[in-house]
Amino acid sequence: MTALSIGKIRAMSKEQWKELFVKNAIYIVILAIIAFIIISEPAFLSFTVFRNILTQSAVRLILAFGVGGIIITQGTDLSLGRSVGFAAVIAGSLLQRADYASRFYPDLVALPLVVPLLLACAVSAFFSAINGWVVAKFKIHPFLATLGMMITLYGVLSIYFASGAPGPQPIGGFDTRYTEFVIGSTFGIPHLVIYAAIVSVIVWVLWNKTTFGKNLYAVGGNPEAAKVSGVNVSKTIILVYIMAGVLYGIGGFLEAARIGSANNGTGFGYELDAIAACVVGGISFSGGIGKVSGAITGVLMFTIISYGMTFIGMDQYYQYIIKGAIIVAAVALDAKKYIKKT
Amino acid sequence: MQEYLLSMKGICKSFSGVQVLKDVHLEVKPGTVHSLMGENGAGKSTLMKCLFGIYRQDAGEFFLDGQAFNFTDPKHALENGVSMVHQELNQVIQRTISDNIWLGRYPVKRFFVDEKKMRADTLALFAKLNIHLDPDTMLHTLSVSQRQMVEIAKAVSYDAKVIVLDEPTSSLTDKEVDMLFDIIKVLKGQGVGVIYISHKMDEIFRISDYVTVLRDGKYIGTDSIQNLTIEHVVNMMVGRDLEDRFPPKTNEPGSVHMSVRNVSTKYEPQVTDVNFDLRRGEILGIAGLVGAGRTELLEAIFGTRTLLSGEVQIDGKLIKNNNPHVAIKNRFAYLTEERRETGIYPLSDITFNTTIANVAAYRNKLGLLRKDMMEKDTDQQIKAMRIKTPGKREPIRSLSGGNQQKVIIGRWLLTNPDILLLDEPTRGIDVGAKYEIYQLIIKLAQSGRSVIVVSSEMPELIGITNRILVMSNGRMAGIVDTDKTTQTEIFHLSTKYLNNSREAEV
Repeated sequence: MTALSIGKIRAMSKEQWKELFVKNAIYIVILAIIAFIIISEPAFLSFTVFRNILTQSAVRLILAFGVGGIIITQGTDLSLGRSVGFAAVIAGSLLQRADYASRFYPDLVALPLVVPLLLACAVSAFFSAINGWVVAKFKIHPFLATLGMMITLYGVLSIYFASGAPGPQPIGGFDTRYTEFVIGSTFGIPHLVIYAAIVSVIVWVLWNKTTFGKNLYAVGGNPEAAKVSGVNVSKTIILVYIMAGVLYGIGGFLEAARIGSANNGTGFGYELDAIAACVVGGISFSGGIGKVSGAITGVLMFTIISYGMTFIGMDQYYQYIIKGAIIVAAVALDAKKYIKKT
Repeated sequence: MQEYLLSMKGICKSFSGVQVLKDVHLEVKPGTVHSLMGENGAGKSTLMKCLFGIYRQDAGEFFLDGQAFNFTDPKHALENGVSMVHQELNQVIQRTISDNIWLGRYPVKRFFVDEKKMRADTLALFAKLNIHLDPDTMLHTLSVSQRQMVEIAKAVSYDAKVIVLDEPTSSLTDKEVDMLFDIIKVLKGQGVGVIYISHKMDEIFRISDYVTVLRDGKYIGTDSIQNLTIEHVVNMMVGRDLEDRFPPKTNEPGSVHMSVRNVSTKYEPQVTDVNFDLRRGEILGIAGLVGAGRTELLEAIFGTRTLLSGEVQIDGKLIKNNNPHVAIKNRFAYLTEERRETGIYPLSDITFNTTIANVAAYRNKLGLLRKDMMEKDTDQQIKAMRIKTPGKREPIRSLSGGNQQKVIIGRWLLTNPDILLLDEPTRGIDVGAKYEIYQLIIKLAQSGRSVIVVSSEMPELIGITNRILVMSNGRMAGIVDTDKTTQTEIFHLSTKYLNNSREAEV
């Protein structure tokens, strides 16, 4: 935009204006909605609201990075939500207060936080790796491979959930170390925001500064060109799914403590929010395109809109209609860039 | 050092009984440009696919530096210094130039990709080839010629000994061609052997040291460029013999049936300002090189390609085929070029494939389809077209190419068309079935229908058409009477607008 001098703006033809408008239409619409929210309720512009929005975005962003990498390879992941749920139940079951009445493992000693975190990540990464392997080796469409995994995982997760000492009951009464670690804040900055920032930096480095990242974009942009140039396409795909699994593990670990309980329904539907945020943020289903900043923008936009609409007291059902329309519009505008005219 | 960098000896290849390469030879000396010429379908790309291991030749051997070898895939060839720059560039256009060049072998320094080294290496490479581009430029912002240069630079970065350039100038302007040729000269100076595939005579004579000609998969000859003239090469390419492979032309063209006036299309690849009349009962051929706009012209008439300007009249009345649905109502039929991609429904049976274009005609009073009527018509078509099949319930996939084509022609005949647009109607079909399709086309014209046939096989056009319209680079280069023309004349017309036209438009 810096290159756009006034002269250039004046010189722009009608066609160019139209193109600029179409290219950014989705952001224009979202900004209009935000403007509408602010006008109806000026109190929306406050530090508290800002902090709440960032906090609410944190876990979503970590999950969006996971599925975003997969989308860059022309894939998708429906098993995200169940994977997050499983990670949440694992972390929760291992981190309950010693004096809590219905503990999942009544005789469990107080574990260092890192143990349940690593376990949650390992389990999610394991199932996600299976997704990647099935997609890479059997060329099954990621929608179907991960649909199967979504259903399978619900089974496995529910069996584990029911196997605890009190039976299938929501897991709560978390260790204060755990809840403080997740929902506390330092110097007024919520921990969740700090974690999301750290993950953002790591993902940015992985996507942009490593061979894996470069291969990821190449495989997504043109798998044939990548293969002919000697990139191990299958390995790249499996790695991106494993990376997603690790992020789901982190997300599940944080989510249990954020909500304050976990059960076998935790995480249900999260994949749709994450995928929608990626798409709105410009991570294209046609592959090879997508930035860390895009995922951040997408997640923030979605959170601002849902928070804002609730803030002005809009009925939740109307919110669904608006969100749904935004997703379809975002994808349609994205596709419009690639449709070949004949 | 060996005299030849790369030699191909006695290469033969056939597909399901049809021989597409027969005893082909090609030898490349270091520091020379060896042009490979031949009409569409002469076997040039099949030969290259055998070289790069995409196909395995039935007989014959490849030698690299005197050693017999067979590449397993293009990557294997690349690693051994043999690479190909395709007409359709295989690149990751969403990424930068240096990302593309070093793809699959990024330099790594302490876990991270060494972008500085990538950039420096790219600049060094470009300096060697006299290319002036910023390595950090996104590929999708480059022109085709610039992308091509990136691809050539990539080949050089693998220490290429032999580089194959497949129709590299097909979308370049004169100035860009000059730049490409400068790079080729640099490559020659470095001892690289270049195989240059092109139709453009002037370029061939500017850049080549040797020329090898193929025709119908046969090796016709190789000679040094000094010993050749354009006439000479054209004769080698088109040959002089026309065997008795065609039925007699018994159709008689009548009054003007369809007039195409000043038709231009809106989007790339474009057709510009085409004018012709099609007479009732006439078979009009359309000739031209790959990419000349032949298919696009048919698409424009049939309504699958947006018109920029111009009009089409039937019997003097203006019609507007805005989409295929309207075109079918106006009694047009369009047999597409890619039978597998856009013609057949491979897993569906012959009945479905026969009746699908006319399915609305089989509705009963309730709007439901009458299977008995559909099957009856299918049986009729199977008999009339002499389709060889165990039955109407076979999936069309299990039929031979010729029989699939007959099913699709039968499909269109059920819509009762008046004007048939046939795009490469005999592609991939064996000789016997071709004859039957020729008979069918002539019979259709005889019955008062008008036919346009696009074909890359000149003997075929001369064998069955009344007149031939020659397309060149999106424009009409002329219409000739089939009885009075020669293959040489058609070939000259088909190269009429190469190169210069794009410059003229700019």
